[in-house]
Amino acid sequence: MLYREAGDFKTSYASDNQTFPIRFDRYAYWVVLLLAVCVVPFFLNDYWTKSIIVPFLIYVIAALGLNILIGYCGQLSLGTGAFMAVGAYATFKLTMMAPGLNVFVVFILAGLVTSAVGVLFGLPSLKIKGFYLAVATLAAQFFLIWLFTRQGWFFNYSPTGMITMPVRTMLGFAVTGPSASAAAIYLTCLFFVIVMAWLARNLTRGTTGRSWMAIRDMDIAAEIIGVNPLIAKLTAFAVSSFFVGVAGALLFGVQLGAAEAGEAFGINKSFLVLFMVIIGGLGSIMGSFLGAAFLVVLPVILKVLLVDSLGWPSDLARHLEVMIIGALIVLVLILEPHGMAALWRTIKDKLRLWPFPH
Amino acid sequence: MSDTVLYALEAALNGLTVGIMYSLVALGFVLIFKASGIFNFAQGVMALFAALTLVGFQTGQVPFSHLINAAFGTSIHNFGWTMPTLLAIPATIAVMVGFAWLVERIVLKHLVNQAPIILFMATIGLAYFLEGLGDIMWGAEVKPLNVGLPQGMSRWVDETTFNLFGYGFFVDVLSLWALAIAAVLVTALVIFSQYTKQGRALRAVADDHQAALSVGISLRFIWVLTWSIAGLVALVAGIMWGSKSGVQFSLSLIALKALPVLILGGFTSIPGAIVGGLLIGVGEKLFDFFMQPVIGGATENWFAYMLALAFLLFRPQGLFGEKIIERV
Amino acid sequence: MKMTRLAALLAATLMAAPAVAQDLHFPMLNYRTGPFAPGGIPFADGYQDYLTLINQRDGGIGGLPIRMTECETAYNTERGVECYESIRGDNPLILQPLSTGITYQLIPRATADGVPIHSMGYGRTSAVNGDVFPYVFNYPANYWDGASVAINYLLSQNGDSLQGKKITLVYHNSAYGREPIPTLERLAAQYGFTLVTIPVDSPGQEQGSQWLQIRRERPDYVLMWGWGVMNAVAVQEAANIGFPMENFIGIWWSGSENDVRPAGAGANGYTALTLHGVGTDYPLYADLQTHVIDAGMAAGAGDQIGTVLYSRGLYAAMLAVEAARTAQALAGHAQITGAEMRAGMEALVITEERLAELGLPNFSASFEVSCANHGGGGQAMVQRWDAAADRWNLITDWISSDRELIMELVAADSAAFAAENNIQPACAN
Repeated sequence: MLYREAGDFKTSYASDNQTFPIRFDRYAYWVVLLLAVCVVPFFLNDYWTKSIIVPFLIYVIAALGLNILIGYCGQLSLGTGAFMAVGAYATFKLTMMAPGLNVFVVFILAGLVTSAVGVLFGLPSLKIKGFYLAVATLAAQFFLIWLFTRQGWFFNYSPTGMITMPVRTMLGFAVTGPSASAAAIYLTCLFFVIVMAWLARNLTRGTTGRSWMAIRDMDIAAEIIGVNPLIAKLTAFAVSSFFVGVAGALLFGVQLGAAEAGEAFGINKSFLVLFMVIIGGLGSIMGSFLGAAFLVVLPVILKVLLVDSLGWPSDLARHLEVMIIGALIVLVLILEPHGMAALWRTIKDKLRLWPFPH
Repeated sequence: MSDTVLYALEAALNGLTVGIMYSLVALGFVLIFKASGIFNFAQGVMALFAALTLVGFQTGQVPFSHLINAAFGTSIHNFGWTMPTLLAIPATIAVMVGFAWLVERIVLKHLVNQAPIILFMATIGLAYFLEGLGDIMWGAEVKPLNVGLPQGMSRWVDETTFNLFGYGFFVDVLSLWALAIAAVLVTALVIFSQYTKQGRALRAVADDHQAALSVGISLRFIWVLTWSIAGLVALVAGIMWGSKSGVQFSLSLIALKALPVLILGGFTSIPGAIVGGLLIGVGEKLFDFFMQPVIGGATENWFAYMLALAFLLFRPQGLFGEKIIERV
Repeated sequence: MKMTRLAALLAATLMAAPAVAQDLHFPMLNYRTGPFAPGGIPFADGYQDYLTLINQRDGGIGGLPIRMTECETAYNTERGVECYESIRGDNPLILQPLSTGITYQLIPRATADGVPIHSMGYGRTSAVNGDVFPYVFNYPANYWDGASVAINYLLSQNGDSLQGKKITLVYHNSAYGREPIPTLERLAAQYGFTLVTIPVDSPGQEQGSQWLQIRRERPDYVLMWGWGVMNAVAVQEAANIGFPMENFIGIWWSGSENDVRPAGAGANGYTALTLHGVGTDYPLYADLQTHVIDAGMAAGAGDQIGTVLYSRGLYAAMLAVEAARTAQALAGHAQITGAEMRAGMEALVITEERLAELGLPNFSASFEVSCANHGGGGQAMVQRWDAAADRWNLITDWISSDRELIMELVAADSAAFAAENNIQPACAN
C-alpha cells in the first residue's frame, strides 16, 4: 500500500532500466539527497560531524571500493589500509609539490595514483585466487607501510615520519586544517560520496559490472564465453583502488590532519573496511552504506551507553565493545550471510506487498 | 671461512629456530583447515587466550575480576593460591577443550556449507570476541610466563661452533627447546592421525564430509576434537612465544606471521607447515642480514609475504598442498 | 518502542548542555586497552590518584574541585580525535594524551580552540619553542634532551671522552623512535663516536636479527628508544646474548617494571633515564595512603602504585595542578579557562622548596617555563634495575643536556613548521 507499484507503467526502455524503478524509491532518494545537501549543514554539531558523520562518509567510499573488488569481482583483498595510505601520502606529496593546486583535484589525483598502485599489486590476481590472493594483498599491505615509514622521500624527510596536511581552501572556505568548519568538511566529503556512489552504481550496472560478476561467479566459464579476465580483474583493482585512495586522501586531509602510516593505516584498517563490507552485504551499494554506518556508529553508541550513562570504567567498555563487535559479526554471518543489504531487500520486498502477506 | 659466510651461517641457524616457532603457530591452522576447510584466523588469539589462562591458573587470578569489581563494587583480584605448572597445563587444556566445544555449538554448527569467505569472516569475528573476552577475563597488563623453560645463549652451540669455525654462534636455548617440543608434537600428531581410529576419522572428514557422514563418523565430534587439538597446539605456541616476551596483546599478532608459512607449505599439510616455517625463517634472517645495509632493516614484517607471493606465482598450492582442481 | 526510547536517551545524553558547574575540568585521554595498555594503565592510575588526592585532601585547587573525565583512546589517533571532540566544549584545561601520534593530531586543533597540551617527555620535540607552538608544552625534558643526557652520562663514565667508541641505537620504527637520530648524529660528529641505528618494526615481538647484529658488531653501548613489548623483548634478547646490562641504556619510556620483569634475573643492571624520582619513599605517599588508597578511591586495580609509570602519571598530574595554581594566581580568580591555564603553564616555576612542601623532595628537577622555552630544564636522572630486590635505584643525580645544541635544533625544526603552516610568532618579545 505504501510502496506502490500498481499503476506505475514504463513506456520506454530507458525508464524501465532506471536505478530506482519504483516511484517511492525515486522520490525518497531525491528527498534524502536534498536534505543531506541543503538542510543538514545548518544543524551540524561539531562533535557529531567529526566523530560520526565525516568518518561515516569516508568509510562509505572505502567500503564502496572494497565492495567492488570483493563483492562484485570476487577478489579477496586485505590491503585496503595500505591503499588508503597510498592515497594519503600521494595527497601529501602532491599538495606539497604544487601548493596552488585545488585540493579537490589533489584528492582525485591521489585516487588515480592509488589506482596505478592497485593495478600493480593486482597483477598476482591473474594467477592466484581466494585466500592465497588475500595473502598476496597482505604482502602489499606490509610492504607499502614499510615503504612509507622507512623511505624519507614520502614524508619529506621529517625527523618523525609524520605527514601533516596544510590548510587548503575551496571556494574561499577552508576545508582542511583546524579552522575548517564542520559544514565545509561535511560538504566536501558528501560531494565525494555522491559522485563516487553514482559512479559505483552505474559501473556495476553496466557491462563492466557484469563482467566483474561473471568473473566472481565462475571465472573459467566467464573466460570461455569471452570475458577477458585480465581486463576485468585489473579494472576491478583499478576502480576499487581509486575509491580506496580517495577515501584515504580524505581521511588524512580532512579528518585527521596528521598521520603516520604504521598507526593510521595498519592492518586493523584493512579488517575494519572488510567487516563493513561483509556486514553490510557483499555485492551491494546500499550494503556499503549500511555496513559503514553500523561500524562507525556502534562504538560511539556503546561508549555513550556504557561509559556516559552507566558509568562503567572506559577500558571495560572498550573490551566489551570489541567482544560485541566480534559477536555481532558472527551473529550477522549466521543469521544473514548476505549482510544487512539482504535484510534491507527483504524489508523492501515485504513492503511492496504490504498489507498482503504474499 | 670468511666472516660474512660465518655470520650468514649463524643467521641461517637462527632462522631455522625462529622458523620452528612460526611453524608451531601454523600447525594449528593446518589442523583446522584439514578437518573443516575453515581458515581459522582466531588461532593467534587462541594462543594468547591459552597463555593468559595458563598464567591465570598459575597465579590464582580471579577470572572476570575487573567486571565483578565494576559491577558490584568489590575489590577481589586473587584467590590466594598458586597452581604448580604441571597442574595448570592440564587445566588450561581442559579450558581449551571447553572452548572448542562451545565454538562448535554456537558458531560452526550454524555455518555448515557456507562459502569459505563467510567462514573466514566468522573466525575473524571469533578472534575479536576472544580477544575482548581474554582482556576482560584476565586483564590487559603484561604477565610474565614461566613454565620452567630455560632461556639464554646455548653454551653447547657456542662452544662447538667456536671449535669448528673460530666464531661462536649464538642460538637461544629456548629455540632449541622449541625445536624439541615441535618435533614431539608433530610426531604425536602424525602418529595420532595415522594409527588411531579418531585420527583416521579426522582424515576421512578432511577428505570428504559427505562420505565421512555416510560411514557414520560424527562430523560434530570430529570438529570439537580438531579444535581441541588446535587449542592444545595454540597453548604450546603461546607458551613458547610468551616465555620470550611475556603474555600480552601482541602475542596474537604472530598469526600474521604464520600465513606466509601456510602459503609456502600448503594449507593442508603438517610437514608442509614445518618445512614452510623453516624456509620462511631462514629466508627472513638471510634477507635481513644481506639487505640491511642497503635498504635499512625492519623488513621482517613484509619479506615473508613477498617470499610467499613469489612461491605462489609458481606453485599456487604450496610445496606440499593438494593441487587445486577447478571444475566449471 | 524500545528503539525510540533508546534513541531519545541517546539524543538527550548527547544534546544535553553541560551544566554550568564551578569546577576545574581535567580530561584524561587514557589508554587502558589496546597494544600499549601495559604502559598506559599505570600512568592513568597515577594521574587519577594524584588528582583524587588533591580533591580529597585539599578540596580541589583554589577551592574548586577537580572534575576528571576519562576517555579511552586505545592509543588510536582516530579515537583520540573523537575523545577530543567530545570534551572540547566542556572547558578542558589541559590535555595529556600520552601518545606522540595523538599529540600531533591535537596540536592544530587544540591551538585553534585554546586548550593547552602538555606532552611531558614525548610528542613534538620542537614544541619547546613557544613562539611557534604557543599551546604545546613538553617540560621538563624532551627526546633530544634525553639523547644528550644519555651521551653526557656516558661521557661521565668514560672520563669525558667517547672518541672511538661505538654506540648503537635500537629504536622503534615509528615517529617516536626516530626522534633522537638527528641529535645523536650531531653528538656523534661532535664527540667522535660511531653511531649505528637499528630499527625494530612494530610491535617488536621479533628482534632476533637485530640482536644478532649487535652481537656481531659488539658496540660499547646500546641506547634504546622503545615502547610496549619491544622493550621487554629487547631486554630479554640482550640478556640472552650476554650483553652487559650496565651498558644498555633506555630512554625514560623504556625503563619501567613491565620492561624488565619478564626477563627475570637476566635484566639485572639494565639502566634507563628517568624524569623523576623512583619508588614510594616520599612523604606524599603517606597522604596518598590515607586519603586515596585507604578510602578505596584508588584508580584501576591499585596494583601499580609506586611503579615507574605510576610515578610518571603522578608527576604529570602534580605539574598540571601546580600550573593551575599559577594560572589562578595570575588570573585572579579560581574558575580559569584554557587560555588562562596556558598562561599559568608558561609562568610555571618548580623549585626544590615547593617540591619539599608537596611531599616530593628531589622528585623532580627544578625548572622554569617561559615563552621561548616550553621545555623546562632538560634534565634527567639515571636509574638502574636491581632484579633481586625487584626495584629501580637512582644511580646519579640530575644530569643536564647540552641545551645550546638542543635549542639550535629546535629553532631549525620549528622554523620549518612555521614556514609550512604560516604561523606568526606568538611571544611578545
